[in-house]
This record gives sequence, structure tokens and C-alpha cells, in this order.
Amino acid sequence: MCLGVPGKVIDVRGEVATVDFWGVRRQVRLDVVDEPVAPGDYILNHVGYAIRRIPTGEIDATLALYEELLRRAEADDDLMAADVRGEIQGAGRD
Amino acid sequence: MTDAGVTELKFRDPVRARALEEALARAVEAVGRAPVSVMHVCGSHEQAIARFGLRAALPRGLNVIMGPGCPVCITDVPEVDEGVALARQGVRIATYGDMVKVPGTGMSLADAQAEGGRIDVVYSVAQAVELARQSDEPLVFFATGFETTAVATAAAVLQDPPPNFFVLSAHKYIPPVMEIVAEMPDTRVEGFLAAGHAATITGWGVFEPFVARHRLPVVVAGFEPLDILAGLLKLIELVRDGRATVENMFPRCVTKAGNLRAQEQLWRVFRPIGGKWRGIAHVPNGNLRLRDEWAYLDARKRFDIDLRRLWDHAPPALVDACICGDIMAGIKAPTDCALFGRECVPHAPVGACMVSSEGTCKIWHQYGGHPELGGYGAVCAR
Repeated sequence: MCLGVPGKVIDVRGEVATVDFWGVRRQVRLDVVDEPVAPGDYILNHVGYAIRRIPTGEIDATLALYEELLRRAEADDDLMAADVRGEIQGAGRD
Repeated sequence: MTDAGVTELKFRDPVRARALEEALARAVEAVGRAPVSVMHVCGSHEQAIARFGLRAALPRGLNVIMGPGCPVCITDVPEVDEGVALARQGVRIATYGDMVKVPGTGMSLADAQAEGGRIDVVYSVAQAVELARQSDEPLVFFATGFETTAVATAAAVLQDPPPNFFVLSAHKYIPPVMEIVAEMPDTRVEGFLAAGHAATITGWGVFEPFVARHRLPVVVAGFEPLDILAGLLKLIELVRDGRATVENMFPRCVTKAGNLRAQEQLWRVFRPIGGKWRGIAHVPNGNLRLRDEWAYLDARKRFDIDLRRLWDHAPPALVDACICGDIMAGIKAPTDCALFGRECVPHAPVGACMVSSEGTCKIWHQYGGHPELGGYGAVCAR
């Protein structure tokens, strides 16, 4: 519940962004993120809200952990992978 | 750990990993006494430490203890009781999945559901608001979690939710509980590893008063294995040098001031009050409650929550033997508990620490927790 998950912003409409999480597109609210967010940016999503725009130079390092976790996404007994999937679920459907 | 993927990530940068491990061992040795105990306060840190087998990489003289970092686990029994009572009074409840099995005095929300109570599991408060919009009947969002999650609840409150949406806040605020742990008479904690994503909201500056008061260093760390090793190394160096400062080892997400827009919303909606954390203590300013301005959607003010109706349910057997509280205070380890892995397992949990994906017991149970745990359990048992 305190692990945010990074995703790539595809589209922004008002306070709602469409964000791609490894091929899964979800709606993320932008009410609390403190910097302007535009398509192409990466954000950290936590329970359906972007809490941080990830600085450009830090994106690869930030994605690495999650990519490893999601590679084992079929392993339902993995707690971290399950939390990451939960975070992606937390963003609203299109 | 034999999984190829795990090994690959752990040693994604093997040279750096080895250098960090060696530097950490030297720093612990240079402290000149053993063991050195530090505490992290984040379930996701414990998940990463256990999952990637990091304890195997830690020097023998270093104990990394998980403190009260599982928001579901520290949700107090009377708070669960309020949710259960509302559900039994016929009020529809939406909450995060980890809360459903957490035991109250006599029942969990899952028990209430088995009796016909209506419980909806949501991943986000926004989904709870959406559920409320789909009908006219009252819906109570049982809101749990630390500041990172409370910010989302605050934003939802400020987004003009429908009139049938209510909030039962059991949100908690981490910085005050660090004070409690630091002041415990038998505490052995010499420094704290703070959770990167919570600090994304609060900023690392929030720890400065704590550091000044208790002369204990705090290092903010991320969640990658290398982030955690680097954070621990910095923390032990501060212990070694007797320097009580705050260091930010997660600058890609954390600034000194934090996310001011999020903080503004958090404190506009919530006020900190004292309250008990399950198994820990009364924590001054540790609970987040809705400000009076939002009384119209505060479930505690809008519903007559009848806790007496729960009294005809006896507490489940075995609860008295559960040592969740000592585990969350960092005094004991899961392996010190007579129930761990026997009567208390993830599909039939006795205590909250075995319920949540961020609970120490569930994490240790899930990841086996044997070779990489070293002497942690034995040290903790003292």
C-alpha cells in the first residue's frame, strides 16, 4: 500500500490522464501531482492518483524493479508482484 | 534463492552490489559493537528485502528490523469494529482488499460479509466514489493506509463526491510513530530507513525535527535491492560517525519539501489526533481524522455505530497467543511466535501481520525466510 507504480502518460484531459502500464491502459487522476504532466511523461501511480512526475533521467532506473516483478506476473503468490498489479488495478478503467 | 529472474535483478549491477555489500560490512565492523540494529517502517521495504534475499547479503552484525510499517496491521481493533458494526447494520462498505480479513474484537469484515454484510473490495478510493455514484444508498469507504494513501482519500473528498458517499477514516501518519519507537525503553534501534514513496509526499525535511530530538539518523531509501543496500550503507556510516542527520538516497522521487500540492490537500481534509495503533501504543498525532468541515461525510458523525452488537461474538481462540504487537514494535520476529506457520498461516490468519501483503509475518511466510534471515529471529527474541 505504499509502493507506487510507474507508467507512461498517453493522454491528458483535465485532471485525468490515460496512462500505459506495460500495455495496460488506465485512468490516473492528476489532482495531487505537483508538476505539469504531459503525454510522454512518466508518473508514479498510487491507488489511482499520480503522486510524482518521474524526472526524465530517472525513468529507466525506476522501471527496472517493476519490470522484474511483472515478468513473474503469473506467479500469484508473489506479494510484491501482487501489490504492483493491485496498483495498476487502482487506476480506473478507460 | 534459485529463481533466475531474482538473481538477475539482485545482481543487475553485480559490481556495484558487491561493492555495496563489502562497504556495508566494513562500516558495520567500524561501528565497533554488535549487533547494530536499524529499523525500516515500510511493508514494501520488507517485501523487497525478503523477496530478493537481501538479508543474506547483510553482514552478521547488522539487524534490519521491520517496525510498524504495515498500515493494515496497525489499524486498531476498535476501528475494524466500527467497519464491522456498520456492515452488520446494513451499511454498504468499500475498502482495500487487505482489510477484509483483519480481525476485530470478535469479527472481521469477511465474517460480517459471511453473515450477509455487503463489502466491496476496491483498489482506489476513486472506485469507491464510482460505486456510490451508481446508486442512492449510502456507501462508507473504510479508509486505511499511511499518508501516501490518505492523500488519495483527501483528493476524493475535495472532488465533490456524491451525497451518499461517506468516509470512515483509519488513516495513519508515520512520522509520529517513529518517535514512539525511539522512546521505547528497551529500544535497540540506532537509525531509521524511511520509505521513499511516503517521503515523496511529505518530503525528507519532515524527519528533521525527529532527528534533532532523538539524535538518531534517518535515511530515505527506494525499493530496488541496490537502493536498499545503498540506503543501509549510508545509515550505518551515519551511525558509525555518530552523525544524526537526514539523508536522501532516493532523490529521483523525494525532495526536501515533498509534494506541496498533496500536503495542502491532505491537511485541508484531515487533522492529526492521538490514537492507539494496534499492538504498538497510543501515538500522539498518529491518526488522521476528517476535519469538522467535512463532518457531513464523516461516517462516525453520520451513522450511529453500534459497537455493543458485536459483544455477543467471542474473540477467536488463539488471539491471546498472537505477538503481532511485539513484531510491529520490532521487539520480536515472526519466528518467535508459537503460532507462526502452524496455527497462523495466510489462508487462516490469527493476527493482522499474517493478513496483509505488507505484514511481516505474511512476507516471511511467503518468501520462506530461512537461509536469508540469518540470526534475525534469535537476535530479536532477546
